[in-house]
Amino acid sequence: MTTEPRLVEVRKNVLKQNDIIARALRERFREAGVLAVSLVSSPGSGKTAFLEKTLTLLQGRYRVAALVGDLATENDAARLARSQAPVKQILTGTVCHLEAAMVQNALEGWDLAQLDFLFIENVGNLVCPSSYDLGEDLRFVLLSVTEGEDKPLKYPTIFNSADVAVITKSDLAAAVEFDEALARRNIQAVRPGMEVFKLSAKTGEGMSEYFEFLESRRARSRAASAAAK
Amino acid sequence: MHELSIAMSIVEMAQEESERQGNAQVLAVHLRLGQLSGVVKEALLSSYEMACEATPLAGSRLLIEEIPVEVFCPTCDGPRMVDSIQWFCCPDCGTPTPTVLHGKELEVVALEIRE
Repeated sequence: MTTEPRLVEVRKNVLKQNDIIARALRERFREAGVLAVSLVSSPGSGKTAFLEKTLTLLQGRYRVAALVGDLATENDAARLARSQAPVKQILTGTVCHLEAAMVQNALEGWDLAQLDFLFIENVGNLVCPSSYDLGEDLRFVLLSVTEGEDKPLKYPTIFNSADVAVITKSDLAAAVEFDEALARRNIQAVRPGMEVFKLSAKTGEGMSEYFEFLESRRARSRAASAAAK
Repeated sequence: MHELSIAMSIVEMAQEESERQGNAQVLAVHLRLGQLSGVVKEALLSSYEMACEATPLAGSRLLIEEIPVEVFCPTCDGPRMVDSIQWFCCPDCGTPTPTVLHGKELEVVALEIRE
């Protein structure tokens, strides 16, 4: 016997599983008092150079570590290991983005309470990572001066999902006639009020403002963590 | 391209729900898809067909309701629809609107089933 079709309500977030793990990670980061920062950008925008510089300069004053996602090769982890900070490569195979479970697995055996900063470098991709919460406190989106000022307008979803924009390779700005005011306008159009840093990992230009910001955010999350205890 | 893995999650969720309903046949899955979800409708539709292959959901339809971006305007003190996701500001007064109320949805809302 065939009955009439009927509708049953489900109301479930498709990425619920990811969101549950991301929430648990965020809670772990808060309890441990570590500031978790993720980096997203297109391939070749300078994520790894930026991260290498960040780790090298923070190392000594702070306890830092990094997870780095790539489809294949462990080259980035090897590069970042030169900073002497603990680094773990996450190989995603054919997956074009990191998911919260991959971060959770990579952190197995790590004592987060021994860290001040944890950086998570996503796979170079401006589309897919926007859908996945990794439990990070801050998401940085990188935009190099060689990519063009309209990147934020072409990828509004990922820029909107980020907390901070970093304009990289500022040492090349003049050579490529980068219009900084236009880039900043476009960033503000897709994410009003977003903090923007312009810097060069190569020359060190603009790095100190960015470090001050990181330190103030870490102090803030430490205070929140202590208040919760 | 992450639509295939998302389509597979949708199929998995629908299958679980159909089992709860006494292995009812799923005719259609109703999905709410926000404009800021990071998922492309067309890619999701073709991925869905692939994800259904060789599962009890083969032949079922994915019905997508697209959810536009709704923001909160602090000046007008109320929700507003943005004209474009390249310009997050109030369409009435032009105030920048960082607070997103809707548009990130990626949600299975209902199944059309036959027992």
